[in-house]
Amino acid sequence: MLKTLGQSVKKNMTVLLLLLPAAFICLPVVLIITGSVMDSIELKQYLYPVFSDGDAFIRWKLMPDYPTFEHYGRLLFFTPSFFVLFWNSVRLVIGILVGQMIVGVPAAWAFASYRVRGSRMLFVLYVVLMLLPFQVTMLSSYLVLDRLSLMNTHLAILLPAVFSTFPIFLSYGGFRAIPLQLLEAARIDGAGELRIFFTIGLPLGKSGLLSAIVLGFLEYWNMMEQPLAFWEDKSLWPLSLYLPEISWMQAGFALCASFITLIPAAFVFVLGQDYLEQGIIYSGLKE
Amino acid sequence: MAEQKGNVHKKGSVKTAVRRHVPFALFLLPSFGGVLLFVLLPFLDVMKRSFHTAVTTEFTGLKNYHVIFHNQAFLLAVQNTIRFTLVCIPLLVLAGLLVAFPLSTLKDAGLIKSVYLFPLAMPTATIVLVWKMVFYRQGFLNLLLTKLGEVTGKWGPVRIDYLGTGASFWVLVASYLWKNTGYTVVLWLAGILAIPNELLEAARVDGAGRWKCIRYIILPNLKGSFYTIVILSFLNSFKIYREAYLVAGSYPQEDIYLLQHLFNNWFVNMEFDKMAAAAVCVGIVLFGAIMLLQRLWDKAE
Repeated sequence: MLKTLGQSVKKNMTVLLLLLPAAFICLPVVLIITGSVMDSIELKQYLYPVFSDGDAFIRWKLMPDYPTFEHYGRLLFFTPSFFVLFWNSVRLVIGILVGQMIVGVPAAWAFASYRVRGSRMLFVLYVVLMLLPFQVTMLSSYLVLDRLSLMNTHLAILLPAVFSTFPIFLSYGGFRAIPLQLLEAARIDGAGELRIFFTIGLPLGKSGLLSAIVLGFLEYWNMMEQPLAFWEDKSLWPLSLYLPEISWMQAGFALCASFITLIPAAFVFVLGQDYLEQGIIYSGLKE
Repeated sequence: MAEQKGNVHKKGSVKTAVRRHVPFALFLLPSFGGVLLFVLLPFLDVMKRSFHTAVTTEFTGLKNYHVIFHNQAFLLAVQNTIRFTLVCIPLLVLAGLLVAFPLSTLKDAGLIKSVYLFPLAMPTATIVLVWKMVFYRQGFLNLLLTKLGEVTGKWGPVRIDYLGTGASFWVLVASYLWKNTGYTVVLWLAGILAIPNELLEAARVDGAGRWKCIRYIILPNLKGSFYTIVILSFLNSFKIYREAYLVAGSYPQEDIYLLQHLFNNWFVNMEFDKMAAAAVCVGIVLFGAIMLLQRLWDKAE
């Protein structure tokens, strides 16, 4: 009896110990949400030290005195440009993900199910390309885009992202769990290669694809480096670049826009958390 | 007879090889074509440019390389980037492990894991305003420290300008840890849970305590996870540019002037000759580092 009590106390301590930093992690979300429903006069009151150079600190209230949806109203009903930005982001992310699936999934299937000579070397090359940061390949991407006169168009971001090798790596993680004997058996039964891909590969290996989609969505919803470099035209900009341009004077508005930007990402996170974890584990698999 | 058999066998393997090579090539073609066109060929072009002048494209040998290695900004950026990597990765690896261990003993770790993972889903842009509020001279961190000082009576009001001084480096470190601890936890956890239970049972039966189990069974079995985590943390450490850029702009305080800033600024100023040389150098160093880690990884398994 005493022992089980001790164990449960210990367990609760573990949970508590883990929850403490977790609470800290959530704090930014709490700030964003409370700030976005705060009356702008109240908000200014709390934030005024930012504008004056005095010694006072900024303050915050987790429960606003006058909760209001004024910022949301202004953002959603009187700021059409916000919808343009939102739409830019959505269009970009969906375009990239669809392209990646069309190009990358067959490639991952090739690596996983046909172990031909030289495929391992190619795969290592793909892994290296996946690990190179954007800055290293920025100039090379620019040179091609410039030659094809694609700068300042949607394709300037879309095409290099579609040929990223990261989704291939993740999809490969899903495909390689399929035993090769199964494919061989299908071949003996007379199934063509395409049919094997569609009826065995895709259904059995879909966890890899879905991981690639979830991780890809979170990555490209947050995309900054590429649009910053390849789009001078601000009308193309996605939300991720626009938000930081809102000034302190409009803190409530900015927080509210932040919250709305967060919603799709949070939605994908909640729906796809299993695949997200799976994807993280796949990305750590050795080929 | 034997020869004939060998011949038949050979013919068969050629046939199967063709049977595999053709679909392999077809499935891979769209991707490889794109990679060739958008990454590999232009990178060769970049290599070529690194030996030429930017505008007149005259051959200059190693001059561009000489220039960047005597360029103050480049040296500063390299130094800062290396410092950031060397500080962040060990901290992140350790932080992930410290969370994953207790988490692995819980039966239902789902919710806590989600909380740690959530920052991964938060777009950098949404978080920038919060970082500014926290690390501003009159922001929440200084408020907290001042209050702590009042309670303990050990120090007076704290007014550190985190973004304008060397402390900005640590702001970046903190936001890197905040964002990336979650996936490190997932990877560690997957590694820990993959250790067969019988192994631990057996050790316990032999009288090994908790620490001995960790030291002699769990940690040695996590070598594979360790290399993975290092590689992915390294990859993600370059993305800290988003935070750095959004909080402090193109020319931040000099302790957080990273290679990423430099590349971006060279790009904006069209200094492609330097950029080409630097891209080749950084590319080679990264390639070497990745290969080295892979080698170590092979050995570990």
